[in-house]
Amino acid sequence: MITAFLLRGLDRRALVFLAVLAAVAVVVPLLNLATPAGSGLHIPSYAVTLLGKYLCYALLALSVDLIWGFCGILSLGHGAFFALGGYAMGMYLMRQIGTRGVYGNPVLPDFMVFLNWKTLPWYWHGFDQFWFAAVMVLLVPGLLAFVFGWFAFRSRVTGVYLSIITQAMTFALLLAFFRNDMGFGGNNGLTDFKDILGFPIQDEGTRAGLFVATAVALGLGYLIASCVVRSKLGRVLVAVRDAESRTRFLGYRVEMYKLFVFTLSACMAGVAGALYVPQIGIINPSEFAPANSIEVVIWVAVGGRGTLIGAIIGAILVNFGKTWFTGVLPELWLFALGGLFVAVTLLLPKGIVGTATALWRGRRWRGPAATGEGTLAESGGDAEPPAAAPAAGPAAPERAS
Amino acid sequence: MLFRPPAIRRSRRPATRGLPGLLLLLGCLALFLAAGAARAQEAGDLRPLVDALGQGGFDFDKTETAIGSLAETGDPRVVPALEALSEGDLYVRKADHAVFIGKRGGAGYQLTDPLTGEAAGEAARGAVDKIRVNNNLRRAIRTALGGLTLRSRDPAQRRAAVQSVFDAADPEALEPLEAALAAEKDPGIAELMREARARILLNTPSADAGDRLDAVETLRARGDRDALAALSGLVAAPDGKVDPALRAAAAKAAGAIKENLALWEAAQNVWYGLSLGSVLLLAAIGLAITFGVMGVINMAHGEMVMLGAYTTFVVQQAIRGWAPELFAWSLWIALPLAFLVSAAVGAAIERCVIRFLYGRPLETLLATWGLSLMLQQAVRTLFGPTNKEVGAPDWMSGATHVGGLLITYNRLYIVIFALLVFAALLVLLKRSAFGLQMRAVTQNRRMAASMGIRTPWTDMLTFALGSGIAGIAGVALSQIDNVSPNLGQGYIIDSFMVVVFGGVGNLWGTLVGAFTLGIVNKFLEPYAGAVLGKVLVLVFIILFIQKRPRGLFALKGRAVDQ
Repeated sequence: MITAFLLRGLDRRALVFLAVLAAVAVVVPLLNLATPAGSGLHIPSYAVTLLGKYLCYALLALSVDLIWGFCGILSLGHGAFFALGGYAMGMYLMRQIGTRGVYGNPVLPDFMVFLNWKTLPWYWHGFDQFWFAAVMVLLVPGLLAFVFGWFAFRSRVTGVYLSIITQAMTFALLLAFFRNDMGFGGNNGLTDFKDILGFPIQDEGTRAGLFVATAVALGLGYLIASCVVRSKLGRVLVAVRDAESRTRFLGYRVEMYKLFVFTLSACMAGVAGALYVPQIGIINPSEFAPANSIEVVIWVAVGGRGTLIGAIIGAILVNFGKTWFTGVLPELWLFALGGLFVAVTLLLPKGIVGTATALWRGRRWRGPAATGEGTLAESGGDAEPPAAAPAAGPAAPERAS
Repeated sequence: MLFRPPAIRRSRRPATRGLPGLLLLLGCLALFLAAGAARAQEAGDLRPLVDALGQGGFDFDKTETAIGSLAETGDPRVVPALEALSEGDLYVRKADHAVFIGKRGGAGYQLTDPLTGEAAGEAARGAVDKIRVNNNLRRAIRTALGGLTLRSRDPAQRRAAVQSVFDAADPEALEPLEAALAAEKDPGIAELMREARARILLNTPSADAGDRLDAVETLRARGDRDALAALSGLVAAPDGKVDPALRAAAAKAAGAIKENLALWEAAQNVWYGLSLGSVLLLAAIGLAITFGVMGVINMAHGEMVMLGAYTTFVVQQAIRGWAPELFAWSLWIALPLAFLVSAAVGAAIERCVIRFLYGRPLETLLATWGLSLMLQQAVRTLFGPTNKEVGAPDWMSGATHVGGLLITYNRLYIVIFALLVFAALLVLLKRSAFGLQMRAVTQNRRMAASMGIRTPWTDMLTFALGSGIAGIAGVALSQIDNVSPNLGQGYIIDSFMVVVFGGVGNLWGTLVGAFTLGIVNKFLEPYAGAVLGKVLVLVFIILFIQKRPRGLFALKGRAVDQ
């Protein structure tokens, strides 16, 4: 039944994407492991790790797109779920170090010995088991999202207000995780990992394995998201995005739909974080920084909000640009990123994929999908893209407050 | 009555009218009676005592006896000799065993007479011997000096001496202290001396029980931490050593002092909270206009604050270069310039970006975030990533005590300034034609346009106003924060919290929100620590938004819908 559900999510575009992803997941490790270092086809290990990082980001972007593109919830705190998943994985990796740490304590991680702690805090128990950590990777971000969403959606906190309090949430977590008393390594976070599931983490084979795992997770995430947005549930989500009050008046319990998709998205972000940490080798509180979460949103916007594939493309493109810029012209990276924010919102509101689709169909984009907050009735007749119609904005009768 | 200031303040209270003459007379009389005997000694009589310091050699006990007899004279003139001895600058001349203060100079030592301070010629290096001291002697000298400086002519020195006697609470200092107290003319210092005497009495189990009870009262009246420490020491003393009545009195007094101190501490926290609140108000008030009145999310608001701070820096650099005499006015010059710079940038942002995004708040948020990154990087490129030094004019530095409160001037001026800005903005919105147009556009854009208001123009001016006020805030914040390209980032989340908490579209809400958050934050700090306190405030706001999604002071009526 589940297979049938998943298969329903497949259309041509999804099939193409999954095929490409599968090819990448096979070819990249192969080229890394099977070819000699001097050969022209060889992919160096650092590149594998880098690509793995991009795929983690792509999964994170996918989770943001699921709620922002299809349900209109702009979360500026999704980095928090990402980081929480990462911390859960980091705690497992930390426990795996065992006696190989600087202080050689079999139970306590180094930073706890350093802080003169005598016993393991209760919330660190169980993380020596991989299955437990894996459950926590889903459970902790999911639970936080559930509780947060439960309060927020039930009291109908929407739009900008929701964005601001999600930002406050990740900021609060940032401050909290900086404290040494929290028992998560404070400023330095968790690092110095040795092995995962018994495989040394620096090993090329392990890295290739992690890369494949990330690609599989991304593919699964894409499938699930794609199924969700194609199901009846997905239709309701789009309805909530375009006309929340109307959907509610039609008898749908809007907050339940929002809560479901928000929690699902948080779990996806958590998985992305959990795969990110062993590849990068460190997790620290700066992952909670509000700026990171906002950056994720721009990946989605660049790729194309409301198109799942767009989020993935956007994440990979922007991060590739970031790697390139910070290597070549580090001074200009923030200008480029800032300019990207402005240019995309002004000139390319549908993102690369959305615009390409519109061009492919050979006609101007119609309908509300990209105009977001406007209702169906209001923006349905707005044939011009907003950038070409400066007067359209201020003349709109009611502005969202 | 609970808010009674600690007794230190009383020392500056002028004497009651009519009494000064009498007090003076009494003081003179006391001076003659008590100090007369000691003071009568001439420099000639002191000389042998000073010379005795040189007799000891390696026998430190002998030197200590000599120090003791010098201290017993109670004559302030022996102070330089003792100080020099403690510093190791006292020498004995081998020829006549006379003692001098020596400073290395020329081939040997420049000698001065320790009693008169007159130069006493030079001595070759071999002609004098240094008088040796050890730590034990240094302690003896300190005690002796403590007693002697109590009689110094300089009130500040006497004050310091009393304080050190109070801190030491050495029973041996009681006698010189009482003598000095009898001679003291300044009522403030006399009060301090009585307190020091009280503390010593509490430290002397052999003293009269009634005196010790009085001493408890005296310390209670002093009411500061030192007094509390002295009293608590008595309360905690082992059984059988302290009279139960005295212990009870001390416990009661300590309780009263604790209560009083706690209240002052609370008042201090309120002040810190007001100060933080005024900073938040300054940072948030411009946002309240753009976000509250216009419904525009300006994530680059913090960068407007930063631009204001950098304008201050540039103005001060220019003043330092060309007109240093204007430095005291630098902040006043920077204010209008900062307003203009930030307002111009704001107007440009509105014209180039935001006007295309009206009605799409989430896109506005992203675009302005991008602008904030670019502004930060631009400033970083122009001025460098390091903190810039923005000086404070003289009138901004310093502090004053109000009762038990410590109030620094820069914080005080910022509180006043924030309130002034708030009042000016309120008047502008409620009383000026521009304010009227702005409110009209906020309430009903189409109707306002039909009435002939140029709504795009109003939009631009409103945005420029909000940004300009952020620039002014930057001038104030440059006085208390690091001026760096990241300056604005630190304020943006807090200012959003203030506006959302206070209620969008309502300036009074912003005022109440800023001060509430500031005070709550500062009250949580002692219990939860600075970081956890802030986390708790954020959690509180997140929960509060659930309860009242439109903030404390929500707009009512039709304007609320969408």
